[in-house]
Amino acid sequence: MNTVTELIKNLADQHGRQRNNLLPILQGVVEQEKYLSEFSMKAIAKELDMSAAEVFGTATFYSFLEHKKMGRYIIRICKTISCSMKGSNQVLLAIEDMLKISLGETTTDGTFSILQTNCLGFCHQAPAMLINNEVYTDLTPEKVREILSMYINKIKEGAPNEN
Amino acid sequence: MKTNFQLKKVDFIFNNENDWEEVLSKNLNRSRQDIINELISSELKGRGGAGFPTGLKWKLSADANDETKYVICNADEGEPGTFKDREILSKVPFKVLTAMAICAYVIGAKEGYIYLRGEYFFLQPEINNAINEFEYYCKEINFDFSIKIFMGSGAYICGEETALFESMEGKRGEPRNKPPYPSSYGYMGKPTVINNVETMAHAYTICNYGAKRFYDLGVQYSRGSKLYSVSGDTPKPGIYELELGMSLSDFVDEFGDGDTKAVQVGGASGFLVPRKKFNETTIGYQGKLTGISLPTGGSMMLFNSSRSMYNVLDNYLVFFHEESCGQCTPCRVGCQQLLKGIKSVKNGQKNAQYLDKLLQLAETMQFTAKCGLGQSVANSFSSIVENFREEMIY
Repeated sequence: MNTVTELIKNLADQHGRQRNNLLPILQGVVEQEKYLSEFSMKAIAKELDMSAAEVFGTATFYSFLEHKKMGRYIIRICKTISCSMKGSNQVLLAIEDMLKISLGETTTDGTFSILQTNCLGFCHQAPAMLINNEVYTDLTPEKVREILSMYINKIKEGAPNEN
Repeated sequence: MKTNFQLKKVDFIFNNENDWEEVLSKNLNRSRQDIINELISSELKGRGGAGFPTGLKWKLSADANDETKYVICNADEGEPGTFKDREILSKVPFKVLTAMAICAYVIGAKEGYIYLRGEYFFLQPEINNAINEFEYYCKEINFDFSIKIFMGSGAYICGEETALFESMEGKRGEPRNKPPYPSSYGYMGKPTVINNVETMAHAYTICNYGAKRFYDLGVQYSRGSKLYSVSGDTPKPGIYELELGMSLSDFVDEFGDGDTKAVQVGGASGFLVPRKKFNETTIGYQGKLTGISLPTGGSMMLFNSSRSMYNVLDNYLVFFHEESCGQCTPCRVGCQQLLKGIKSVKNGQKNAQYLDKLLQLAETMQFTAKCGLGQSVANSFSSIVENFREEMIY
Protein backbone atom coordinates (compact mmCIF):
# COMPACT_ATOMS: atom_id res chain seq x y z
CA MET A 1 0.00 0.00 0.00
CA ASN A 2 1.13 3.52 -0.80
CA THR A 3 2.53 5.37 2.23
CA VAL A 4 0.10 8.28 1.88
CA THR A 5 -2.88 5.97 1.67
CA GLU A 6 -1.63 4.17 4.73
CA LEU A 7 -1.14 7.43 6.58
CA ILE A 8 -4.67 8.51 5.71
CA LYS A 9 -6.07 5.21 6.88
CA ASN A 10 -4.22 5.49 10.19
CA LEU A 11 -5.40 9.06 10.67
CA ALA A 12 -8.98 8.05 9.95
CA ASP A 13 -8.68 5.20 12.45
CA GLN A 14 -7.33 7.61 15.02
CA HIS A 15 -9.77 10.50 14.52
CA GLY A 16 -12.85 8.85 13.08
CA ARG A 17 -14.57 8.88 9.72
CA GLN A 18 -17.20 11.55 10.25
CA ARG A 19 -17.28 14.87 8.48
CA ASN A 20 -16.20 16.65 11.66
CA ASN A 21 -12.99 14.62 11.65
CA LEU A 22 -11.98 15.97 8.27
CA LEU A 23 -9.88 18.89 9.44
CA PRO A 24 -7.69 16.87 11.84
CA ILE A 25 -7.08 14.35 9.05
CA LEU A 26 -6.13 17.04 6.56
CA GLN A 27 -3.82 18.56 9.18
CA GLY A 28 -2.25 15.17 9.84
CA VAL A 29 -1.45 14.69 6.16
CA VAL A 30 0.02 18.19 5.86
CA GLU A 31 2.12 17.55 8.97
CA GLN A 32 3.78 14.58 7.23
CA GLU A 33 3.68 15.49 3.59
CA LYS A 34 3.84 19.29 3.93
CA TYR A 35 1.03 19.62 1.40
CA LEU A 36 -2.16 17.99 0.13
CA SER A 37 -1.74 16.49 -3.28
CA GLU A 38 -4.71 15.76 -5.49
CA PHE A 39 -3.98 12.12 -4.83
CA SER A 40 -4.20 12.47 -1.06
CA MET A 41 -7.36 14.57 -1.24
CA LYS A 42 -9.03 11.87 -3.34
CA ALA A 43 -7.77 9.19 -0.97
CA ILE A 44 -9.22 11.10 2.01
CA ALA A 45 -12.55 11.45 0.19
CA LYS A 46 -12.59 7.72 -0.44
CA GLU A 47 -11.64 6.85 3.12
CA LEU A 48 -14.35 9.13 4.58
CA ASP A 49 -16.86 8.20 1.91
CA MET A 50 -17.52 11.75 0.76
CA SER A 51 -17.18 13.75 -2.41
CA ALA A 52 -13.65 14.72 -3.42
CA ALA A 53 -14.98 18.16 -4.26
CA GLU A 54 -16.00 18.63 -0.63
CA VAL A 55 -12.52 17.68 0.55
CA PHE A 56 -10.97 20.04 -1.98
CA GLY A 57 -13.35 22.82 -1.00
CA THR A 58 -12.53 22.51 2.66
CA ALA A 59 -8.80 22.04 2.16
CA THR A 60 -8.36 25.09 -0.06
CA PHE A 61 -10.13 27.35 2.43
CA TYR A 62 -7.38 27.20 5.03
CA SER A 63 -4.13 28.98 4.44
CA PHE A 64 -2.07 26.46 6.42
CA LEU A 65 -3.28 23.54 4.32
CA GLU A 66 -1.06 23.91 1.29
CA HIS A 67 -2.13 22.21 -1.89
CA LYS A 68 1.02 22.60 -3.89
CA LYS A 69 4.29 20.92 -3.13
CA MET A 70 6.21 22.64 -0.35
CA GLY A 71 9.70 22.35 1.07
CA ARG A 72 10.56 20.42 4.19
CA TYR A 73 10.74 23.68 6.15
CA ILE A 74 8.02 26.21 5.42
CA ILE A 75 9.01 29.72 6.44
CA ARG A 76 6.02 31.96 7.09
CA ILE A 77 6.80 35.61 7.68
CA CYS A 78 4.17 37.83 9.23
CA LYS A 79 3.31 40.78 7.03
CA THR A 80 0.58 42.41 9.11
CA ILE A 81 0.92 45.96 10.34
CA SER A 82 2.98 45.65 13.54
CA CYS A 83 5.55 43.40 11.92
CA SER A 84 5.57 45.43 8.74
CA MET A 85 6.25 48.59 10.79
CA LYS A 86 9.19 46.91 12.47
CA GLY A 87 10.80 45.84 9.23
CA SER A 88 9.47 42.44 8.23
CA ASN A 89 10.24 43.36 4.63
CA GLN A 90 13.98 43.64 5.31
CA VAL A 91 13.81 40.25 6.98
CA LEU A 92 12.05 38.82 3.96
CA LEU A 93 14.69 40.30 1.62
CA ALA A 94 17.45 38.80 3.75
CA ILE A 95 15.84 35.37 3.55
CA GLU A 96 15.24 35.61 -0.19
CA ASP A 97 18.82 36.71 -0.66
CA MET A 98 20.20 33.89 1.42
CA LEU A 99 18.11 31.09 -0.06
CA LYS A 100 18.21 32.52 -3.60
CA ILE A 101 14.49 32.12 -4.10
CA SER A 102 11.65 34.62 -3.96
CA LEU A 103 8.42 34.70 -2.06
CA GLY A 104 6.18 31.72 -2.77
CA GLU A 105 8.98 29.56 -4.14
CA THR A 106 10.73 26.46 -2.89
CA THR A 107 14.48 25.81 -3.05
CA THR A 108 15.47 23.30 -5.74
CA ASP A 109 16.57 20.75 -3.16
CA GLY A 110 13.10 20.93 -1.61
CA THR A 111 14.32 22.17 1.78
CA PHE A 112 12.82 25.61 2.24
CA SER A 113 9.71 27.41 1.06
CA ILE A 114 9.05 31.08 1.77
CA LEU A 115 5.53 32.34 2.35
CA GLN A 116 3.94 35.38 3.92
CA THR A 117 1.17 35.06 6.41
CA ASN A 118 -1.21 37.28 8.34
CA CYS A 119 -0.84 38.22 12.00
CA LEU A 120 0.93 35.54 14.02
CA GLY A 121 0.07 37.13 17.36
CA PHE A 122 3.58 38.27 18.25
CA CYS A 123 3.05 41.97 17.57
CA HIS A 124 4.91 42.97 20.75
CA GLN A 125 7.99 41.05 19.57
CA ALA A 126 7.78 42.03 15.94
CA PRO A 127 8.81 41.04 13.38
CA ALA A 128 7.94 37.39 13.75
CA MET A 129 8.02 34.28 11.60
CA LEU A 130 7.19 30.60 11.77
CA ILE A 131 9.43 27.82 10.49
CA ASN A 132 7.03 24.89 10.40
CA ASN A 133 5.59 25.14 13.93
CA GLU A 134 8.54 26.92 15.56
CA VAL A 135 8.15 30.65 16.28
CA TYR A 136 10.99 33.16 15.92
CA THR A 137 10.53 36.72 17.12
CA ASP A 138 12.33 40.08 17.27
CA LEU A 139 13.90 39.31 13.92
CA THR A 140 16.57 41.32 12.17
CA PRO A 141 18.30 40.44 8.89
CA GLU A 142 21.34 39.30 10.91
CA LYS A 143 19.30 37.19 13.28
CA VAL A 144 17.36 35.51 10.51
CA ARG A 145 20.60 34.61 8.72
CA GLU A 146 21.82 32.92 11.90
CA ILE A 147 18.57 31.01 12.29
CA LEU A 148 18.64 29.79 8.72
CA SER A 149 22.30 28.78 8.98
CA MET A 150 21.35 26.72 11.99
CA TYR A 151 18.74 24.89 9.94
CA ILE A 152 21.12 24.43 7.01
CA ASN A 153 23.80 22.98 9.29
CA LYS A 154 21.29 20.68 10.85
CA ILE A 155 20.37 19.33 7.43
CA LYS A 156 24.04 18.95 6.45
CA GLU A 157 24.66 16.88 9.54
CA GLY A 158 21.89 14.68 8.27
CA ALA A 159 19.33 15.28 10.97
CA PRO A 160 16.49 12.80 10.60
CA ASN A 161 13.36 14.22 9.07
CA GLU A 162 11.55 15.55 12.10
CA ASN A 163 7.85 16.36 11.96
CA MET B 1 -11.73 67.42 28.54
CA LYS B 2 -9.43 65.48 30.78
CA THR B 3 -11.23 62.84 32.79
CA ASN B 4 -10.59 62.30 36.45
CA PHE B 5 -10.16 58.68 35.74
CA GLN B 6 -6.74 57.30 36.49
CA LEU B 7 -5.16 54.51 34.56
CA LYS B 8 -5.32 51.63 36.96
CA LYS B 9 -3.34 48.47 36.61
CA VAL B 10 -5.09 45.36 37.81
CA ASP B 11 -3.81 41.91 38.49
CA PHE B 12 -6.63 39.43 38.27
CA ILE B 13 -5.95 37.27 35.31
CA PHE B 14 -2.35 36.32 35.87
CA ASN B 15 -2.44 36.02 39.65
CA ASN B 16 -2.20 32.53 41.06
CA GLU B 17 -4.29 29.74 39.66
CA ASN B 18 -3.26 27.20 42.28
CA ASP B 19 -6.64 27.29 43.95
CA TRP B 20 -8.45 25.99 40.87
CA GLU B 21 -9.37 22.66 42.46
CA GLU B 22 -11.00 24.45 45.36
CA VAL B 23 -12.79 26.93 43.06
CA LEU B 24 -14.11 24.10 40.92
CA SER B 25 -15.48 22.00 43.78
CA LYS B 26 -16.89 25.08 45.51
CA ASN B 27 -18.83 26.10 42.41
CA LEU B 28 -20.04 22.60 41.57
CA ASN B 29 -21.81 22.66 44.91
CA ARG B 30 -23.64 25.88 44.19
CA SER B 31 -26.95 26.05 42.41
CA ARG B 32 -26.82 26.74 38.68
CA GLN B 33 -29.05 29.75 39.01
CA ASP B 34 -26.77 31.14 41.67
CA ILE B 35 -23.75 31.10 39.35
CA ILE B 36 -25.72 32.64 36.49
CA ASN B 37 -26.97 35.41 38.77
CA GLU B 38 -23.45 36.06 39.98
CA LEU B 39 -22.22 36.43 36.40
CA ILE B 40 -25.11 38.61 35.35
CA SER B 41 -24.65 40.93 38.30
CA SER B 42 -20.93 41.23 37.58
CA GLU B 43 -21.86 42.65 34.14
CA LEU B 44 -19.05 40.71 32.52
CA LYS B 45 -19.17 41.20 28.78
CA GLY B 46 -17.49 39.07 26.13
CA ARG B 47 -13.84 39.97 25.89
CA GLY B 48 -13.35 38.85 22.31
CA GLY B 49 -14.53 42.23 21.10
CA ALA B 50 -18.26 41.87 20.52
CA GLY B 51 -19.16 42.41 24.17
CA PHE B 52 -22.18 40.16 24.62
CA PRO B 53 -23.11 39.73 28.33
CA THR B 54 -21.57 36.45 29.42
CA GLY B 55 -24.09 35.62 32.13
CA LEU B 56 -26.93 35.95 29.65
CA LYS B 57 -25.12 33.72 27.18
CA TRP B 58 -24.79 30.99 29.79
CA LYS B 59 -28.40 31.44 30.85
CA LEU B 60 -29.74 31.11 27.29
CA SER B 61 -27.84 27.88 26.75
CA ALA B 62 -28.84 26.57 30.17
CA ASP B 63 -32.49 27.20 29.30
CA ALA B 64 -32.18 25.46 25.93
CA ASN B 65 -33.81 22.08 26.03
CA ASP B 66 -31.41 19.50 24.66
CA GLU B 67 -29.56 16.43 25.93
CA THR B 68 -26.29 17.31 24.24
CA LYS B 69 -24.67 20.67 24.72
CA TYR B 70 -21.16 21.97 24.22
CA VAL B 71 -18.78 24.46 25.79
CA ILE B 72 -16.25 25.97 23.42
CA CYS B 73 -13.38 28.23 24.28
CA ASN B 74 -12.49 30.43 21.34
CA ALA B 75 -8.69 30.65 21.10
CA ASP B 76 -8.61 31.57 17.42
CA GLU B 77 -6.99 34.86 18.20
CA GLY B 78 -6.40 36.31 14.76
CA GLU B 79 -7.09 40.01 15.09
CA PRO B 80 -3.96 41.95 14.11
CA GLY B 81 -2.37 43.31 17.26
CA THR B 82 -3.91 40.81 19.70
CA PHE B 83 -1.84 38.28 21.58
CA LYS B 84 -3.39 38.13 25.06
CA ASP B 85 -5.13 34.75 24.66
CA ARG B 86 -1.87 32.96 24.02
CA GLU B 87 -0.44 34.44 27.19
CA ILE B 88 -3.47 33.36 29.24
CA LEU B 89 -3.37 29.83 27.89
CA SER B 90 0.33 29.45 28.51
CA LYS B 91 0.42 31.11 31.95
CA VAL B 92 -2.90 30.23 33.60
CA PRO B 93 -4.47 27.39 31.60
CA PHE B 94 -6.24 25.97 34.66
CA LYS B 95 -8.34 29.09 35.06
CA VAL B 96 -9.68 28.65 31.55
CA LEU B 97 -10.29 24.92 32.02
CA THR B 98 -12.01 25.47 35.37
CA ALA B 99 -14.28 28.16 33.94
CA MET B 100 -15.16 25.83 31.07
CA ALA B 101 -16.07 23.10 33.57
CA ILE B 102 -18.20 25.48 35.64
CA CYS B 103 -19.93 26.56 32.46
CA ALA B 104 -20.51 22.91 31.53
CA TYR B 105 -22.05 22.33 34.95
CA VAL B 106 -24.32 25.36 34.56
CA ILE B 107 -25.62 24.53 31.10
CA GLY B 108 -25.41 20.76 31.39
CA ALA B 109 -22.67 19.93 28.88
CA LYS B 110 -20.39 16.90 28.92
CA GLU B 111 -17.89 17.95 26.28
CA GLY B 112 -15.76 21.00 25.83
CA TYR B 113 -13.42 22.14 23.10
CA ILE B 114 -10.66 24.66 22.85
CA TYR B 115 -10.41 25.92 19.28
CA LEU B 116 -6.74 26.85 19.04
CA ARG B 117 -5.45 28.72 16.03
CA GLY B 118 -2.95 26.90 13.82
CA GLU B 119 -0.28 29.52 14.48
CA TYR B 120 -0.23 28.48 18.15
CA PHE B 121 0.46 24.84 17.41
CA PHE B 122 3.48 24.95 19.71
CA LEU B 123 1.18 25.56 22.69
CA GLN B 124 -0.66 22.29 22.18
CA PRO B 125 1.55 20.00 24.30
CA GLU B 126 1.45 22.31 27.36
CA ILE B 127 -2.30 22.72 27.16
CA ASN B 128 -2.76 18.99 26.70
CA ASN B 129 -0.75 18.35 29.86
CA ALA B 130 -2.96 20.75 31.75
CA ILE B 131 -6.07 19.10 30.32
CA ASN B 132 -4.87 15.66 31.43
CA GLU B 133 -4.30 16.83 34.98
CA PHE B 134 -7.62 18.63 34.94
CA GLU B 135 -9.60 15.68 33.67
CA TYR B 136 -7.96 13.46 36.27
CA TYR B 137 -9.24 15.75 39.00
CA CYS B 138 -12.72 15.88 37.43
CA LYS B 139 -12.81 12.10 37.58
CA GLU B 140 -11.74 12.16 41.18
CA ILE B 141 -14.63 14.38 42.19
CA ASN B 142 -17.02 12.44 39.91
CA PHE B 143 -17.66 15.28 37.54
CA ASP B 144 -18.23 14.07 34.01
CA PHE B 145 -16.56 16.51 31.64
CA SER B 146 -13.89 16.17 28.97
CA ILE B 147 -11.98 18.80 27.02
CA LYS B 148 -10.33 18.43 23.65
CA ILE B 149 -8.20 20.79 21.62
CA PHE B 150 -9.32 21.42 18.07
CA MET B 151 -6.64 22.98 15.89
CA GLY B 152 -7.42 25.67 13.36
CA SER B 153 -5.45 26.02 10.17
CA GLY B 154 -4.74 29.67 9.60
CA ALA B 155 -8.09 31.27 8.82
CA TYR B 156 -8.90 34.58 10.55
CA ILE B 157 -12.61 34.24 9.86
CA CYS B 158 -12.81 31.10 12.02
CA GLY B 159 -12.69 33.38 15.07
CA GLU B 160 -16.26 34.31 14.15
CA GLU B 161 -18.30 31.93 16.27
CA THR B 162 -20.48 30.35 13.60
CA ALA B 163 -17.55 30.06 11.17
CA LEU B 164 -15.71 28.31 13.99
CA PHE B 165 -18.52 25.74 14.29
CA GLU B 166 -18.47 25.16 10.55
CA SER B 167 -14.72 24.66 10.70
CA MET B 168 -15.04 22.17 13.55
CA GLU B 169 -17.65 20.31 11.55
CA GLY B 170 -15.08 19.84 8.80
CA LYS B 171 -16.36 22.45 6.42
CA ARG B 172 -15.12 25.71 4.96
CA GLY B 173 -15.09 28.33 7.69
CA GLU B 174 -17.99 30.34 6.34
CA PRO B 175 -20.17 32.17 8.88
CA ARG B 176 -23.81 31.17 9.19
CA ASN B 177 -26.80 33.43 9.24
CA LYS B 178 -27.84 34.55 12.70
CA PRO B 179 -30.33 33.81 14.18
CA PRO B 180 -30.35 30.97 15.15
CA TYR B 181 -27.72 31.91 17.70
CA PRO B 182 -25.19 29.47 19.15
CA SER B 183 -27.13 29.29 22.42
CA SER B 184 -29.78 27.27 20.61
CA TYR B 185 -28.03 26.08 17.44
CA GLY B 186 -24.26 25.91 17.71
CA TYR B 187 -21.71 23.17 17.13
CA MET B 188 -23.39 20.19 15.43
CA GLY B 189 -26.65 22.08 15.73
CA LYS B 190 -26.63 21.75 19.52
CA PRO B 191 -26.88 24.52 22.13
CA THR B 192 -23.37 25.81 22.63
CA VAL B 193 -21.68 28.36 24.83
CA ILE B 194 -18.73 29.88 23.04
CA ASN B 195 -16.53 32.28 24.97
CA ASN B 196 -13.24 33.96 24.37
CA VAL B 197 -10.26 32.76 26.42
CA GLU B 198 -10.14 35.99 28.40
CA THR B 199 -13.87 35.86 29.13
CA MET B 200 -13.35 32.40 30.63
CA ALA B 201 -10.49 33.70 32.76
CA HIS B 202 -12.68 36.53 34.05
CA ALA B 203 -15.52 34.12 34.74
CA TYR B 204 -13.07 32.20 36.92
CA THR B 205 -12.25 35.35 38.86
CA ILE B 206 -15.95 36.05 39.39
CA CYS B 207 -16.72 32.49 40.45
CA ASN B 208 -13.81 32.68 42.86
CA TYR B 209 -14.14 36.11 44.47
CA GLY B 210 -17.77 36.93 43.71
CA ALA B 211 -19.21 39.52 41.40
CA LYS B 212 -18.55 42.54 43.56
CA ARG B 213 -14.79 42.61 43.27
CA PHE B 214 -15.12 42.55 39.52
CA TYR B 215 -18.01 44.98 39.35
CA ASP B 216 -16.17 47.54 41.47
CA LEU B 217 -13.70 48.03 38.65
CA GLY B 218 -14.46 50.03 35.57
CA VAL B 219 -17.23 52.50 34.80
CA GLN B 220 -20.94 52.27 34.12
CA TYR B 221 -21.75 49.78 31.32
CA SER B 222 -18.09 48.73 31.20
CA ARG B 223 -17.29 46.82 34.34
CA GLY B 224 -14.16 45.00 35.28
CA SER B 225 -10.71 44.87 33.84
CA LYS B 226 -9.41 43.95 30.44
CA LEU B 227 -6.16 42.70 28.99
CA TYR B 228 -4.61 45.01 26.46
CA SER B 229 -2.14 43.89 23.85
CA VAL B 230 0.05 46.93 23.26
CA SER B 231 2.21 47.08 20.17
CA GLY B 232 3.49 49.43 17.49
CA ASP B 233 5.43 52.59 18.29
CA THR B 234 5.69 52.22 22.01
CA PRO B 235 8.70 51.87 24.30
CA LYS B 236 6.97 49.10 26.24
CA PRO B 237 5.05 46.69 24.06
CA GLY B 238 3.40 43.81 25.86
CA ILE B 239 0.31 42.69 27.71
CA TYR B 240 -1.25 44.80 30.45
CA GLU B 241 -4.36 44.31 32.50
CA LEU B 242 -6.09 47.65 33.01
CA GLU B 243 -9.42 48.81 34.31
CA LEU B 244 -12.05 49.49 31.66
CA GLY B 245 -13.21 53.02 30.97
CA MET B 246 -9.82 54.69 30.76
CA SER B 247 -9.48 57.64 28.45
CA LEU B 248 -7.22 57.21 25.50
CA SER B 249 -5.11 60.20 26.47
CA ASP B 250 -4.21 58.52 29.77
CA PHE B 251 -3.33 55.43 27.84
CA VAL B 252 -1.12 57.32 25.43
CA ASP B 253 0.58 59.17 28.31
CA GLU B 254 1.53 55.83 29.76
CA PHE B 255 2.40 53.87 26.63
CA GLY B 256 3.13 56.40 23.90
CA ASP B 257 6.60 57.34 22.74
CA GLY B 258 5.84 61.05 23.04
CA ASP B 259 5.06 61.43 19.37
CA THR B 260 1.90 59.36 19.04
CA LYS B 261 -0.12 60.42 16.03
CA ALA B 262 -2.91 57.88 16.22
CA VAL B 263 -3.98 54.73 18.04
CA GLN B 264 -5.74 51.80 16.44
CA VAL B 265 -8.20 50.49 19.00
CA GLY B 266 -9.47 46.96 18.47
CA GLY B 267 -7.17 45.80 15.69
CA ALA B 268 -7.75 46.05 11.97
CA SER B 269 -11.50 45.69 12.47
CA GLY B 270 -11.54 48.43 15.10
CA PHE B 271 -11.23 52.19 14.94
CA LEU B 272 -8.32 54.51 14.36
CA VAL B 273 -8.33 57.44 16.77
CA PRO B 274 -6.28 60.50 15.76
CA ARG B 275 -4.44 62.60 18.33
CA LYS B 276 -7.07 65.34 18.47
CA LYS B 277 -9.65 62.85 19.70
CA PHE B 278 -7.58 61.17 22.42
CA ASN B 279 -9.21 63.21 25.17
CA GLU B 280 -12.79 62.48 24.28
CA THR B 281 -12.31 58.77 23.63
CA THR B 282 -12.62 56.14 26.30
CA ILE B 283 -12.23 52.40 26.12
CA GLY B 284 -15.38 50.53 27.07
CA TYR B 285 -18.55 49.14 25.68
CA GLN B 286 -20.81 52.10 24.70
CA GLY B 287 -23.40 54.03 26.54
CA LYS B 288 -21.06 56.66 27.96
CA LEU B 289 -22.74 60.04 28.10
CA THR B 290 -19.86 62.17 26.94
CA GLY B 291 -17.43 61.46 24.18
CA ILE B 292 -16.92 58.28 22.28
CA SER B 293 -16.51 54.90 23.91
CA LEU B 294 -14.90 52.19 21.87
CA PRO B 295 -15.24 48.48 22.44
CA THR B 296 -12.16 46.41 21.89
CA GLY B 297 -10.79 42.91 21.82
CA GLY B 298 -7.79 44.45 23.53
CA SER B 299 -5.60 45.31 20.60
CA MET B 300 -3.94 48.70 20.93
CA MET B 301 -1.54 49.70 18.19
CA LEU B 302 0.23 53.01 18.45
CA PHE B 303 1.51 54.94 15.46
CA ASN B 304 3.93 57.84 15.69
CA SER B 305 4.27 60.69 13.23
CA SER B 306 6.80 58.84 11.07
CA ARG B 307 4.06 56.44 9.90
CA SER B 308 2.05 56.93 6.75
CA MET B 309 -1.60 56.23 7.41
CA TYR B 310 -1.97 55.28 3.77
CA ASN B 311 0.42 52.36 4.31
CA VAL B 312 -1.47 51.36 7.43
CA LEU B 313 -4.80 51.31 5.63
CA ASP B 314 -3.29 49.52 2.67
CA ASN B 315 -1.96 46.85 5.04
CA TYR B 316 -5.37 46.40 6.69
CA LEU B 317 -7.17 46.13 3.38
CA VAL B 318 -4.74 43.54 2.08
CA PHE B 319 -5.45 41.65 5.27
CA PHE B 320 -9.23 41.82 4.84
CA HIS B 321 -9.01 41.09 1.16
CA GLU B 322 -7.14 37.87 1.91
CA GLU B 323 -9.11 36.84 4.95
CA SER B 324 -12.59 37.52 3.60
CA CYS B 325 -14.19 34.09 3.24
CA GLY B 326 -15.71 35.09 -0.09
CA GLN B 327 -19.15 33.85 0.79
CA CYS B 328 -21.11 37.09 0.54
CA THR B 329 -20.66 39.62 -2.24
CA PRO B 330 -20.46 42.87 -0.23
CA CYS B 331 -17.40 41.64 1.63
CA ARG B 332 -15.72 39.66 -1.17
CA VAL B 333 -16.00 42.41 -3.77
CA GLY B 334 -16.02 45.29 -1.32
CA CYS B 335 -12.63 44.53 0.24
CA GLN B 336 -11.12 44.13 -3.20
CA GLN B 337 -12.59 47.38 -4.51
CA LEU B 338 -11.62 49.39 -1.43
CA LEU B 339 -8.04 48.23 -1.83
CA LYS B 340 -8.02 48.95 -5.57
CA GLY B 341 -9.74 52.27 -4.93
CA ILE B 342 -7.25 53.73 -2.48
CA LYS B 343 -4.40 52.62 -4.71
CA SER B 344 -5.82 54.42 -7.72
CA VAL B 345 -6.48 57.58 -5.70
CA LYS B 346 -2.92 57.48 -4.42
CA ASN B 347 -1.35 57.11 -7.83
CA GLY B 348 -3.62 59.71 -9.41
CA GLN B 349 -5.77 57.53 -11.66
CA LYS B 350 -8.83 58.65 -9.74
CA ASN B 351 -9.50 62.07 -8.24
CA ALA B 352 -9.86 62.75 -4.55
CA GLN B 353 -13.67 62.74 -4.68
CA TYR B 354 -13.48 59.03 -5.40
CA LEU B 355 -12.71 58.58 -1.70
CA ASP B 356 -16.28 59.64 -0.93
CA LYS B 357 -17.57 56.88 -3.15
CA LEU B 358 -15.35 54.44 -1.34
CA LEU B 359 -16.72 55.66 1.98
CA GLN B 360 -20.21 54.95 0.69
CA LEU B 361 -19.13 51.48 -0.35
CA ALA B 362 -17.72 50.88 3.14
CA GLU B 363 -21.03 51.99 4.60
CA THR B 364 -22.90 49.61 2.30
CA MET B 365 -20.67 46.78 3.46
CA GLN B 366 -21.44 47.67 7.06
CA PHE B 367 -25.14 47.13 6.40
CA THR B 368 -25.11 44.26 3.97
CA ALA B 369 -22.20 41.97 4.83
CA LYS B 370 -23.17 38.71 6.42
CA CYS B 371 -20.81 38.66 9.38
CA GLY B 372 -18.66 40.85 11.55
CA LEU B 373 -15.68 40.77 9.23
CA GLY B 374 -17.34 42.52 6.31
CA GLN B 375 -19.31 44.80 8.59
CA SER B 376 -16.28 46.01 10.48
CA VAL B 377 -14.06 46.84 7.51
CA ALA B 378 -15.87 50.17 7.45
CA ASN B 379 -14.67 50.95 11.00
CA SER B 380 -11.02 51.26 10.19
CA PHE B 381 -11.58 52.41 6.62
CA SER B 382 -13.85 55.33 7.50
CA SER B 383 -11.90 56.37 10.57
CA ILE B 384 -8.63 56.48 8.64
CA VAL B 385 -9.95 58.10 5.47
CA GLU B 386 -11.97 60.71 7.35
CA ASN B 387 -9.19 61.69 9.71
CA PHE B 388 -6.22 61.44 7.37
CA ARG B 389 -7.74 62.28 4.02
CA GLU B 390 -4.73 64.25 2.81
CA GLU B 391 -2.44 61.30 3.44
CA MET B 392 -4.65 59.14 1.24
CA ILE B 393 -4.36 61.59 -1.67
CA TYR B 394 -0.82 62.94 -1.64
